[in-house]
Amino acid sequence: MLAHLPVLQVIVPLLAAPSCIILRRPGWVWLFTLLVSAAAFLISIALLRQVMASGVIVYELGGWEAPWGIEYRIDTLNALLSLIITGISTVVLLAARISIQAEIREDRQTLFYVLYLLSLAGMLGIVTTGDAFNVFVFLEIFSLSAYALIALGRDRRALWASYQYLIMGSIGATFILIGIGLMYQMTGTLNMEDLARRLPEVAQTRTVFTAFGFLIVGICLKLALFPLHLWLPNAYAYAPSIVTAFLAATATKVALYLLIRFTYSVFGGSFSFTTLPLQTLFVVLGLLGVFAASMTAIYQKNVKHLFAYSSVAQIGYMIVGYSIGTTAGLMATLLHMFNHALMKGALFLALGAVMYRIGSVQLRDFHGLGRQMPFTMAAIVVGSLSLIGVPLTVGFVSKWYLVLAAIENGWWPVAVLILLGSLLAIVYTWKIVEAAYFKAPQAGNGQVREAPLSYLVPVWILVSANIYFGIDTRLSLQVTTAAAQGLFGAGP
Amino acid sequence: MFLGLYNYWIVVVLMMIGFYIVIAHGNLVKKIVGLNIFQTSVFIFYISVSNIDGGTAPILTEGFNRYSNPLPHVLILTAIVVGIATTALGLALAMRIREAYGSIEEEEIQQRDNREC
Amino acid sequence: MKDLFAVVMLSGIYGLLSASFFVTMDAVDVAITEAAVGAGIATLLMLVAVTMTGRYEQTASHRPVWVLVVVLVTGGLLLYGTLDMPYFGSVDAPAHLHVAPRYINDSMQEIGVSNIVTSVLASYRGFDTLGEVVVIFAAGIGVLALLSVARRPDEDAEIDSINVSMHEKYLILRVVAKILIPFILLFALYVQFHGDYGPGGGFQAGVIFAAAIILYSMLFGMSTARRVINQPLIQLLSAIGVLIYGSVGLISLLNGGNFLDYNLLSGDPVAGQHIGILLVELGIGCTVTSVMLIIYFNFAGRTEDYMRNGRKGA
Repeated sequence: MLAHLPVLQVIVPLLAAPSCIILRRPGWVWLFTLLVSAAAFLISIALLRQVMASGVIVYELGGWEAPWGIEYRIDTLNALLSLIITGISTVVLLAARISIQAEIREDRQTLFYVLYLLSLAGMLGIVTTGDAFNVFVFLEIFSLSAYALIALGRDRRALWASYQYLIMGSIGATFILIGIGLMYQMTGTLNMEDLARRLPEVAQTRTVFTAFGFLIVGICLKLALFPLHLWLPNAYAYAPSIVTAFLAATATKVALYLLIRFTYSVFGGSFSFTTLPLQTLFVVLGLLGVFAASMTAIYQKNVKHLFAYSSVAQIGYMIVGYSIGTTAGLMATLLHMFNHALMKGALFLALGAVMYRIGSVQLRDFHGLGRQMPFTMAAIVVGSLSLIGVPLTVGFVSKWYLVLAAIENGWWPVAVLILLGSLLAIVYTWKIVEAAYFKAPQAGNGQVREAPLSYLVPVWILVSANIYFGIDTRLSLQVTTAAAQGLFGAGP
Repeated sequence: MFLGLYNYWIVVVLMMIGFYIVIAHGNLVKKIVGLNIFQTSVFIFYISVSNIDGGTAPILTEGFNRYSNPLPHVLILTAIVVGIATTALGLALAMRIREAYGSIEEEEIQQRDNREC
Repeated sequence: MKDLFAVVMLSGIYGLLSASFFVTMDAVDVAITEAAVGAGIATLLMLVAVTMTGRYEQTASHRPVWVLVVVLVTGGLLLYGTLDMPYFGSVDAPAHLHVAPRYINDSMQEIGVSNIVTSVLASYRGFDTLGEVVVIFAAGIGVLALLSVARRPDEDAEIDSINVSMHEKYLILRVVAKILIPFILLFALYVQFHGDYGPGGGFQAGVIFAAAIILYSMLFGMSTARRVINQPLIQLLSAIGVLIYGSVGLISLLNGGNFLDYNLLSGDPVAGQHIGILLVELGIGCTVTSVMLIIYFNFAGRTEDYMRNGRKGA
């Protein structure tokens, strides 16, 4: 079985999804989904250990060797991402039973879990495959289930948000398809490893240049890089709570993975950064994203919207790290990916608890919540501290390495701007703290109890992870450094 | 050169028509039609790549030994399916939006949302 | 153009034209699929949607300039990219020299199927096709989650009476349909099982099969169709199709090979390939038929509901 781990990682959730239809009752289906997600998590841990011990794992699907067949190629980066995705998925599912019962109509609950497993399988398929077209197929599996999941939100604006995401996402996917087609035309292959070998000889043609352009733009649409981020705030704000917690922590990471994979492993670092002024472009867009999004966050009255804009800002940070173009910069980006998943997962899940108890996430309804829901608000406070980058939280660790990488590269202004961005984070998180702790509850709100254990347990698992990995950074550093070095070693 | 590449240029024009319809129009159903046209044009592009002068359909038959490249055909079969899946979902969303908002024009929907906030 | 009905019709014509274009380009499998799916199902679904959402486009506003700029820039970039491409139809383009020759030259010995597209689709790149089946499954579930309407028995009786009176008008169509439908179903089965030797395969067959049933339900009324085709059964069938495909892969796994390695399904590798492809195509056909039906029934059901009540959906 051990040799088949790479394919099991994807197959287990993929085939579990239709199996849910056979199971019928939502209670059973939830348990089944949770077990499947936990199994996927264990597989990802095993894969990571295998890769760290023995190097890149190659798996030929159908028994056909690449490039005639599709192959799975697992290196540290893939394994890290599988770990993040499955880990967040499992923890979030712990709270899903009661959350979904409250937020979604009964006859649709089973369908919710099917779609959830499909999006999980889709994401895992994207991060484990070594074939460019396979990426497209699984990207669409993930995207379609995400559109449907978001549209299940109660508010009618969820429908509109989902539609916008569908249009923008499909344009992005079509661009990626065009890019893959152009690359195929010039090299004759779809396998990423093979492409990396064959692209250098045709690298100077205009066609490859165009292919590169379309791929990057397509991926950036999915990544919600400023200014292509327009779909994200509404989609995160109006989706069901569990969906937001899951997607916010994982969806854009997958797009970022694609960006890194294509620019480093397929096109090669030297091509990617010299053909187009990608470094300058990305650092500018990244910083613009940080500031524009953070400032918009300050004016939001809906807390989910606020944190959604904050996510756009965090993606900006990740892009800045990526644009530095050194191993240190890439390592900082990967670290921030890991940490952001923990931060936002905790925050949105806690918001889900609030939604469950008071039925709203408007800032004005947060008054006095500090006393009525102490554990939940404490979780939000810790998560916010992590966002700002206070020492002892994961947020601090990744900001530290980001600034370090910038300084190492001689980019002093960038380092300063990164720190300024954190100040803005203080402003928008203070608004929540102020409302919850320093304002008296409104007259009509009545008795609000603390969130049930189903919510508190997973929220605090994530919050503790925030603090744990903020203090003991050995594991996260070791893995991200290995991943970053692997990428630099591989490319031509 | 023109003779060698005219096929691709026509395809690009078709793609841009589809793309324009998607982003310029406000009617939700029209956007999806545009998306469909955009994607179909991409398919035509891929199939053009696979074409070989003097070749025939990639089904092994007596008497022929030059065949069109089967790989893009496979990719496009998959892409067509993905396209219809997206179209179906998009249309379903448009129908739900019509029910919930009473309209499927982008501007009207945004107006109603703004009035609520 | 403001009339959405016309727009949808034109897009259907575009689909049909591209299908004929595919035929001239020797892409016969793709042509059948595009004709059935792009020109057939897509147009049908768009028409149902337009029935509910309104036939005419409302806005008369100006188009912002930046949109035109974006489109021109994108188009310009693409045209720029075409300048270095190998000429249309050239024999020695890189695309034809590297991976493809093995498919053309060796697939007969390795797999034993004359339709090379089928052997690539179902065997060499079988995993992609599994992904594709899951995509269509996901769309079906998504539409189900969005549009399903809880049916009440008294509503059914009401719909019945409306339909009976309406459909008396279409007597000629009904008679002709009754004659045609069995042939369409037979053709679908032919396409399904002859995918190895001629153009065809699971997808095309699934769509044609579904088309026959949709034709029936259009002419004889939704409630009659629903009595013939049980809703929960269809949903189960869509799941089973995907599971059949997956199980073939799992059996290979249990027999000691990699996932979806058909060589291990039987003593003789080529026989194994045949069995694998047959089963896999069956799974595809199952899921595609049921998902197309799910999508159509939910679209039509929701429209019916909306027309009758005009109330807001849940």
